[in-house]
Amino acid sequence: MKSFTVLDLLNLDMQEQNELDLRCLGGRPGLARSITVPDLNRPGLALSGFFDNFGFERIQVFGRGETAYLNKLAGQQEFENIERFFSVEVPCVVFTHGLQPTKEFFAEAERTQCPVLQTGLASSEFAARVIRALTNIFAPTRTLHGVLVEVFGIGILLLGDSGVGKSETALELVERGHRLVADDAVEIRCVAGDILIGSGANKVLGHHMEIRGLGIINVTHLFGVGAIRDQKKVQLVIELELWEPDKTYDRIGADERYQEILGVQVPHLEIPVKAGRNIPIIIETAAMNERLKQMGYYSAREFNQSVLKWLETENARARYFQDRDPMSYDDLTSTQ
Amino acid sequence: MTEKLVTVKNRAGIHARPAALIVQTAGKFKSKIFFKSDDDEINAKSIMGIITLGASYNSSIQITAEGEDEEDAVEALAQLFEKRFEEE
Repeated sequence: MKSFTVLDLLNLDMQEQNELDLRCLGGRPGLARSITVPDLNRPGLALSGFFDNFGFERIQVFGRGETAYLNKLAGQQEFENIERFFSVEVPCVVFTHGLQPTKEFFAEAERTQCPVLQTGLASSEFAARVIRALTNIFAPTRTLHGVLVEVFGIGILLLGDSGVGKSETALELVERGHRLVADDAVEIRCVAGDILIGSGANKVLGHHMEIRGLGIINVTHLFGVGAIRDQKKVQLVIELELWEPDKTYDRIGADERYQEILGVQVPHLEIPVKAGRNIPIIIETAAMNERLKQMGYYSAREFNQSVLKWLETENARARYFQDRDPMSYDDLTSTQ
Repeated sequence: MTEKLVTVKNRAGIHARPAALIVQTAGKFKSKIFFKSDDDEINAKSIMGIITLGASYNSSIQITAEGEDEEDAVEALAQLFEKRFEEE
């Protein structure tokens, strides 16, 4: 992935409840330093002179305790540990609670060009938010060529070759009241180990679509904000492909098929496209069927259970009549 | 598989018009064609994909093609970059 710098951290545009509320106090040349691990360090031990296993590659958070200790060091005119702290390249230091660094600490940071940031948040809240944000940024990502739509609350990734009709299908789905997440370039992130979150590869460009013959259209303006979503969990992958007469398609659907994306198994359907097949309605049905499955009801399996039960009773009846009557079951049914 | 590294030479970068040219050219070939820049890999036959790549002036793009006419495809696309998409 591209390197994530301290400047990127400052520029992170988070929603209100996730706002990091950061500003830069000094050490500006160091804003180009990159953050390599999605983790924090409270440098209390390092300040007191214990540098074994010092997590220098992490963002260093100075809360009330650390700041009070800096003040104590300033009172005693001891700056050796501070110099040692800045002798290794830490990505940046962050003062929480809107606290200010001591003059000597700040001067040393400026000298070594280490960015000094400040946030109005409490340490624990800042830690929670920044780790959440960094985990998302450092999550494994992959850009896929497809369309991501939300249908009846299910995030469906439509895949298929160019020109098979992914965008047209998505357009029809949007027209039927569903939502577009991303067209063409879908960026998929794997968060929390087994959740895939899809969004548009480029957020600046917004929700646009290319429809052959029309060109590029703005979905937000045409269909309203109700027709779009910024991101959505990928819960089903549907592969559209041109109908091949020789290929066998799933006719029962009792077996679950999966596709692996970033190490996560996602239910996978193959839907053949042919004139006269209304793909959007098939996709709506697939979405509802997927919801049923999540509720524990598998249409194809339940159907097969009923068939098995029915065959079993038929069999039992046949045997019962055979034992009782010399007349065979076939004769019995044919005379009815 | 055929690969080639090209540089965006027109000042404006790859905006809608060059992207349309690329897609038209790529669409003439049967091979699967991809553009790679940094970590992104996108299908060269998708116009929105190419635009969202955000290739600006002087950025480099790796063209890869796989299929029966892969060499011609890469050559034709590289020509477009070379000719600055007939701009300027």
